[in-house]
Amino acid sequence: MTKSKLNTFRGGPDEAGRFGIFGGRFVAETLIPLILSLEEAYEAAKVDPEFEAELNHLQTHYTGRPSPLYFAERLTEHFGGSKIYFKRDELNHTGSHKINNCLGQILLAMRMGKTRIIAETGAGQHGVAVATVAARFGLPCVVYMGETDIERQKPNVFRMRLLGAEIVPVASGTGTLKDAMNEALRDWVAHVEDTFYIIGTVAGPHPYPAMVRDFQSVIGVETREQMMAAEGRLPDTLVACIGGGSNAMGLFHPFLDEKGIEIIGVEAGGKGVETGEHAASLTGGNPGVLHGNRTYLLQNDDGQITDAHSISAGLDYPGIGPEHAWLHNSGRVSYVSATDAEALDAFQLCTRLEGIIPALEPSHALAHVGKIAPEHDADHLIVMNMCGRGDKDVFAVAAHLGTDIEG
Amino acid sequence: MSSRIDLRFAETKAAGRAALVTFVTAGDPNLEDSLALIEALPGAGADLIEIGMPFTDPMADGPAIQASSLRALQAGQNMIKTLDMVRRFRENDSDTPIVLMGYYNPIYIYGNERFLENAKAAGVDGLIIVDLPPEEDSELCLPALRAGLNFIRLATPTTDAHRLEKVLTNTSGFVYYVSITGITGTAKPDPSAVSDRVSLIKAKTDLPVAVGFGVKTPDQARAIAAGGADGVVVGSAIVNLMLDHMDARGNAQKTMVPAIAGFVRSLADALTEKT
Repeated sequence: MTKSKLNTFRGGPDEAGRFGIFGGRFVAETLIPLILSLEEAYEAAKVDPEFEAELNHLQTHYTGRPSPLYFAERLTEHFGGSKIYFKRDELNHTGSHKINNCLGQILLAMRMGKTRIIAETGAGQHGVAVATVAARFGLPCVVYMGETDIERQKPNVFRMRLLGAEIVPVASGTGTLKDAMNEALRDWVAHVEDTFYIIGTVAGPHPYPAMVRDFQSVIGVETREQMMAAEGRLPDTLVACIGGGSNAMGLFHPFLDEKGIEIIGVEAGGKGVETGEHAASLTGGNPGVLHGNRTYLLQNDDGQITDAHSISAGLDYPGIGPEHAWLHNSGRVSYVSATDAEALDAFQLCTRLEGIIPALEPSHALAHVGKIAPEHDADHLIVMNMCGRGDKDVFAVAAHLGTDIEG
Repeated sequence: MSSRIDLRFAETKAAGRAALVTFVTAGDPNLEDSLALIEALPGAGADLIEIGMPFTDPMADGPAIQASSLRALQAGQNMIKTLDMVRRFRENDSDTPIVLMGYYNPIYIYGNERFLENAKAAGVDGLIIVDLPPEEDSELCLPALRAGLNFIRLATPTTDAHRLEKVLTNTSGFVYYVSITGITGTAKPDPSAVSDRVSLIKAKTDLPVAVGFGVKTPDQARAIAAGGADGVVVGSAIVNLMLDHMDARGNAQKTMVPAIAGFVRSLADALTEKT
């Protein structure tokens, strides 16, 4: 590590893909040449003005960036304290922040001459974004999705099929996101020549955690400019939900070295971290190695990975991106959790007061905003990443509220 | 220092044949049946035994070995029991090399130093850790070599000549050539392509080269050996055959050990016959 990196929280990863002890390249030998060539291609693209111009063009005209920074006036009034802003990445094409990363990765896939796209998905937001960019660039696309998730995210499954993607149900394990990722990795090992694996979060072997973060950092970069324009200063507190943690890294990363800014990641507390049925890897897990990186994992004392639980399929993962693990250990970012019930309440509150139906994932972030906003005065500025919209969740929410909307 | 692995490959080489390496998962379908099975392997003709350390998320394995891992875990297998199983095997067999194969996390959680010490004491000879490529050598490979355990590396069809040098550095015991780009027990290897790659590896190292990942029949084993491999690894086919000899609750029937022994014998005979 160079000397200048010692004074920054934004210098990682090192050449071995490590953020402190976290990260790395823990994959089978078959995949190593692929991730090394991906790293090389990404490093070249990063400094290529043509790549940047192409990505910017797509972000503007395809995704609809910049996403607005919206003053949530009625929620601010309701909580009675901090001034609450939403970074509205749910307004992006495909309905979440996932498209930011998928556009970057598919441009790389095209540059590398790959002709087939694979991905894993939990809630289906990433799967939809991948299927979308694959359609846009004319590449065949296979999405691995756990059987449990297929059942609870039917609208997104249908959207992916409409977009031309093949959905492969994964029955192994618990049939959720981690099993879908295992299966995508197995596919990749078997199709190394032609296939590009678009990982949806800031996890996996190096360079994925750094690359996905970079593609998502547009969220934080825009927030900075928009907040300066709106308030003439930077925010005081940033809040985002965390499954793997890509929307959070995207918002947080450009602000990590602003020492005065409080940064909070909200994990899925499920039925409560104390019940053991949750997806809060940092709060309730410990360091281990899975899916190519060392990070905090939900596991037993034999190193076997245990099931995550969350009302939100997008947060239902027993790990977290390695940079979050490092930011947790270094104390720069605070990680808390919100339960299923708290997220459901926040979901309904936001819908009624702001006319915005949030996805269940950012509903967890909003639940925490509701806890801290009353502790501050009106000159305290909070930015929460509204990373996805809740259309996909209305069936699941109806079921939880005991309402039958399918009959 | 010559390890059991070195000695065994020297023996099979002197006998003019390839070594038969058999894989089973520790604790599948349960601890006692698994131990009985492993104890029957050398007599049936297995030269080396690979024992899988079960893991919930075996990313490089096909359906057969995934299911095998889960059966073992459901029967209560864990790292302590796996190491104890090796210790019990060693009470009656001090010659057959034992290689533990698996994924890094259960070792990392057990504690690397504690694991190496206990594995050595139990009579383990080598380790194959699928998700520890040369890039992560400082994690377990170098400490294992210091502890006197062989660290066996995987070379694959994607390992080019430049990369091969890196793969061979710090490798000991033997080199495990993965005959297909894919997961265990799926695609069928092409013997002539495998033969070319084995020659390439042997030009760069004096270590024996064993070939595995898709070898299922005596004929395939014979063809791979004829192509110059020093060892042939059979895993998924054994695990699949075990399934045919389990009752509805997943316990071994009395026919399991004889059936597996018979299959292993047919593989060993195929490697002994002169072609």
